[in-house]
Amino acid sequence: MNLILSKNVLTNISGTSVAGMSIEAPEIARSARPGQFVAIMVSEVGERIPLTIVENHPKNGTVSIIFQEAGLTTKLLGKMNAGEEIYSIVGPLGHPTDIKKYGKIIMVGGGVGIAEILPVAAALKAAGNHVTTILGARTKNILILEKELKALSDEFYVATDDGSYGRKGFTIDVLDELLKKSKYDLVYSVGPIPMMRRTAAVTKPYGVKTLVSLNALMVDATGMCGCCRVTVAGEVKFSCVDGPEFDANSVDWDELTKRNNIYSEKEKHICSLSKL
Amino acid sequence: MQPVKTVKKEPVKVREMASSLRSKTFEEVVFGYNESEALAEAARCLQCKNPVCTEGCPVGIDIKSFISCITNKDYKSAYFKIREKNDFPSICGRVCPAEYQCRKTCVFTKKNEPFASQNAINVHFLERFIGDYGMNNGCFIPVKRDPWLSKFKVAVVGSGPAGVCFAGELARAGVKVVVFESLHKTGGVLRYGIPPFRLPRNILDFEIDYLKTLGVELVPNMIIGKSKTIRGLKEEGYAGIFLGLGAGCPSFLGIPGENLCNVYSANEFLTRVNLMSAYKFPEFHTPVNIGKHMIVIGGGNTAMDAARSALRLQKMAGIPADTTVFYRRTEIEMPARRLEIEHAKEEGVKFKFLVQPVAFSGDDKGLVKKLKCLECKLGEPDSSGRRRPVSIEESEFESDCDIAIIATGLKANQVLISATQELKTDKYGDVIVNKETMETSIDGVYAGGDIVGGEGTVIEAMGMAKRASKAMVERLKKEE
Repeated sequence: MNLILSKNVLTNISGTSVAGMSIEAPEIARSARPGQFVAIMVSEVGERIPLTIVENHPKNGTVSIIFQEAGLTTKLLGKMNAGEEIYSIVGPLGHPTDIKKYGKIIMVGGGVGIAEILPVAAALKAAGNHVTTILGARTKNILILEKELKALSDEFYVATDDGSYGRKGFTIDVLDELLKKSKYDLVYSVGPIPMMRRTAAVTKPYGVKTLVSLNALMVDATGMCGCCRVTVAGEVKFSCVDGPEFDANSVDWDELTKRNNIYSEKEKHICSLSKL
Repeated sequence: MQPVKTVKKEPVKVREMASSLRSKTFEEVVFGYNESEALAEAARCLQCKNPVCTEGCPVGIDIKSFISCITNKDYKSAYFKIREKNDFPSICGRVCPAEYQCRKTCVFTKKNEPFASQNAINVHFLERFIGDYGMNNGCFIPVKRDPWLSKFKVAVVGSGPAGVCFAGELARAGVKVVVFESLHKTGGVLRYGIPPFRLPRNILDFEIDYLKTLGVELVPNMIIGKSKTIRGLKEEGYAGIFLGLGAGCPSFLGIPGENLCNVYSANEFLTRVNLMSAYKFPEFHTPVNIGKHMIVIGGGNTAMDAARSALRLQKMAGIPADTTVFYRRTEIEMPARRLEIEHAKEEGVKFKFLVQPVAFSGDDKGLVKKLKCLECKLGEPDSSGRRRPVSIEESEFESDCDIAIIATGLKANQVLISATQELKTDKYGDVIVNKETMETSIDGVYAGGDIVGGEGTVIEAMGMAKRASKAMVERLKKEE
């Protein structure tokens, strides 16, 4: 069970390492829908971390994940290879995305968040939506899944911070221009917290429905502990069971930013101890 | 003729780890009775004609008889006497709130006392002695497999006290049992909630391993309602399903500042420490933050477990111990076991009674720094019979608080319930059952434990699981 069937490194340059894995998990593969995630432990002594399900193949009984090496767990996961077993994988967790025909939609993906918009973009396209995709990355060489998202999008844009590819600037610059020119029915954004937060700020004046998929810290990820609680429209929600998607303009971004840093010191410490 | 002299014997004190040694380890605090201590304590039992102790036991253990077996040194019979009603004497002997149950109804406790008197027979320690005897001497309930039943398989959702008890009963009757657990380890609240210093993990592992010897299949990492559904289980051919989900969802206070960093639910704090072994960080990778001024809010066993864990973490980290329990009533009204309160005090946990938290405040990094409270006085009794705390106007005060742990109760986790529309629940979100059979609104689906009764005890969960198992076996016997 939980065997890693294949691994491919999507990028491993300028200090950014992103990899994809296909893992044997028949029950999850059968029931997963776009927008859901799994909780993974690399070993018996590991942490439980949430990772989005990028693809699921019910017939093969496999799910795919894509992760950027950031904390100890993702770094250890990055060291694992095909043929090895993941200690624990549970899911699919969280609510799936409400897939239906909205009309014209914009998918905004930044960094490893691009992996999270892929399954949602594909499902929304299949549901008859006009899909515009904006991808953002620090620099050209670390941009992931460009081919896949370009193939399914009606319109496609890339922005890089350093201007090495696409236009120089941020996804929100492109987003703002698009919203100025035309009316859209949904904006769906996943990426680093500052990007999602700014996406919300950009779409607010246009009154367009904007969804974000939050990456709050979790322990069990099944509604048992409340570690992932976020304030949404003044109410406390658990990202794991009430989310992970929320209305971008109702999220208390300050609180989320601070809560996601609770263990940053300990994370640094354990990474340095492990020489990772 | 010699004059009849009644000597009122003192209760036999249980041996414990010295409090000075305790606070740097998560090892078990209570050592329990050895044989001679158990014999001396058993000898105190008056063997009442009308054994009122049994009335106090949620599952009606024949306490008088098992104690009599101890006096005869017939420990095996004592074990099987308990096992007639209780599948986990080693666990219940450690975690039962006996002072509110059998010991409270013991004739040595005066009428109308809030809990058992010191002189009440230490039934729980005797039960533990016998439970451990049974465990260490291979006392197993004979397995009577009904060949008819062997063609059925049933699914158990959750591997806590209710699920494990149900699985054992059905497996001994000959039914194929599969237990699904959403976490990566089995045991439910016994693993993630109760710390090892109160329930050593070898006791829990023994019960789980015993299930395996009965042929029970344990499937971790499987969240029913998500990975599989109740309908899906039925389609897979499970002839019956038992829901032992527990009360897994923490309640918060609903006061300002509650989402500041380092404000934990007790469930999160204890899950990090117990299930994920955060007290062994960085050997184990899950962190938990430790503060200089740790405050636990609540007065139940969970609050005691959290406070005693917090204090241990401080001492292990070389931080001067400063952990305080804030409770809105007084010590008498605390729902925690008296022994846990005593242990907490011995270990250095401080208590602040008659206080009502009103707000947390923090610094610019979002870290909690202070807890604001109002003082309370006790008013008229409420529906629980305990005097209601009434906050006193303009009594506001602030306490330093860099870690807060909220232990004010749990609700039913709604993951499976919301995915199962036919499953009827009450206004608390608990599953509604037929009280005799424990069957839910779905045919062939039974439930027991905290998902039915709200936060209860291990022994109550087990009692419900036993009723459900009986009903399920009867049902299967009638099936074609």
